Amino acid sequence: MHNELEHKDHPLVCLHEISFGYGEQAVLEDIDLHVEKGEYLGLLGPNGSGKSTLLKIILGLLTPEKGKVELFGKPINKFSNWHKIGYIPQKATQIESRFPITVKEVVSINARSQTKVAEALEKVDMLSFSNNLVHELSGGQQQRVFIAKALAGDPQLLLLDEPTVGIDANSQKDFYSLLDTLHKSGLTIVLVSHDTEDIVREVNRIVCVNKRLVCHVTPKEFVAGNYYDKLYGEDRKTIIHRHSHA
Amino acid sequence: MEKTEKLSFIVTHMLEIFTYSFMVRAFIAGIVIGCIAPLIGTFLVARRFSLIADTLGHISLAGIAIGLLLNINPIITALIASILVAILVDRIRHNKYISGETALAMLLSGGLALAIVLIGLARGFNVDLFSYLFGSITTVTDTDLLFIIPLGILVVITVAVFYKQFLSIAFDEEGAQVSGVKVNFLNILLMVLTAVAVSLSIRIIGSLLIGALLVIPVTTASQVARSFKQSLILSIFFSLISVIAGLFASFYLNLPAGGAIVLISLIIFSFVYLVKNT
Repeated sequence: MHNELEHKDHPLVCLHEISFGYGEQAVLEDIDLHVEKGEYLGLLGPNGSGKSTLLKIILGLLTPEKGKVELFGKPINKFSNWHKIGYIPQKATQIESRFPITVKEVVSINARSQTKVAEALEKVDMLSFSNNLVHELSGGQQQRVFIAKALAGDPQLLLLDEPTVGIDANSQKDFYSLLDTLHKSGLTIVLVSHDTEDIVREVNRIVCVNKRLVCHVTPKEFVAGNYYDKLYGEDRKTIIHRHSHA
Repeated sequence: MEKTEKLSFIVTHMLEIFTYSFMVRAFIAGIVIGCIAPLIGTFLVARRFSLIADTLGHISLAGIAIGLLLNINPIITALIASILVAILVDRIRHNKYISGETALAMLLSGGLALAIVLIGLARGFNVDLFSYLFGSITTVTDTDLLFIIPLGILVVITVAVFYKQFLSIAFDEEGAQVSGVKVNFLNILLMVLTAVAVSLSIRIIGSLLIGALLVIPVTTASQVARSFKQSLILSIFFSLISVIAGLFASFYLNLPAGGAIVLISLIIFSFVYLVKNT
């Protein structure tokens, strides 16, 4: 509790001059990034731009070659309150696809009590599916269960890596509406996506990465500053302008 | 009256099996194995690691050959060999230059090859190799039970203690790591528990068939279970039926125990699958 008070004014995530590579190939170079409490941040970049790598560095799953990572005001190697961070990877489960596991069992993995399980399922409107098998649910329902699993640990920061891949348009809409509600209830969210239209519409800060940090702007500044072109190239300019709701 | 006499005759005849001390030992070992094999197998199948059980089975045969060559209890050498390779398997999973499945296939053949070479070197082996390959009801000794019972209990307690963490890793390894689960340690622990289950099962099931007892009852249970926990309990139930019926069949029909047990588990699977899917 004392530690929490001590570090409460710090950004939840603080990256200083992060560089990372696989062998000779540089993936990230000199990335500086802060995620402040209460932000809804979209991390944009083309395929292979290093955005998932950046997320894994924040989570301590990868160690940068250079630079420092601080979580909740503490160097990552001294950070131990991992329950404060909820993470939904791109492939949210590796379990054998037909293996029987219930919604309740999945959410219980991160929960300290059955009350927390029920609360998390209530938040994502999946309480009535508690005893259903996960593989019998639709893609959109499964995604809600994965969010409930992350919420069951009472996180303050939620990181999602391409969460809408393979989900139909209607479920995507519901999914973003759920994230919006969670954000309004005080949760800090970092959303990694390659879908510029969704990011521009949903988040309140955008970070563009393409090996280096291209921009850290508001959605309005992103559109006005033509950052899409800088990120993806001029030839795809018309696509974003036609679909943008910003 | 005639019916009662017939029933009484059958029961008496069936119970006769327990007047043989070697059969009592086989049943004790069989029940322990019948519990721990699907207990570990559930986590292996859920994580698509089914081939690991077969690989360690083949490696354990090399361990047996070493034991016979050095005149040490072959269960001990099989245990050591399979634990060492189990740790190696875990390391190989993280190797980026060779796929885990290919490495397992190579280790599987390598284990068998090493066993055959060692057996060839010591032509004077005065043992029934067939029983180590396919299991036997007559080979379980009192000394074996001194390993099988405590190690079996240890496996059950370990899984009970780390159940939530094993489930967490099976569901999402990266997510588990982020939430503070000691993934590396628990992955090695699961591999070591698999090695223990495999080594303890050699006497009854045989090193070439042990993989089946870790996988088939689990697959059968997953057809009908309505939760992970239920799948775990049902897999132990199907496994125990297979082992007990297999031991009876082995005794009365003079069949290799491993073959009988695995065939019965396959019959149960086929029955459950047909009832569920037709």
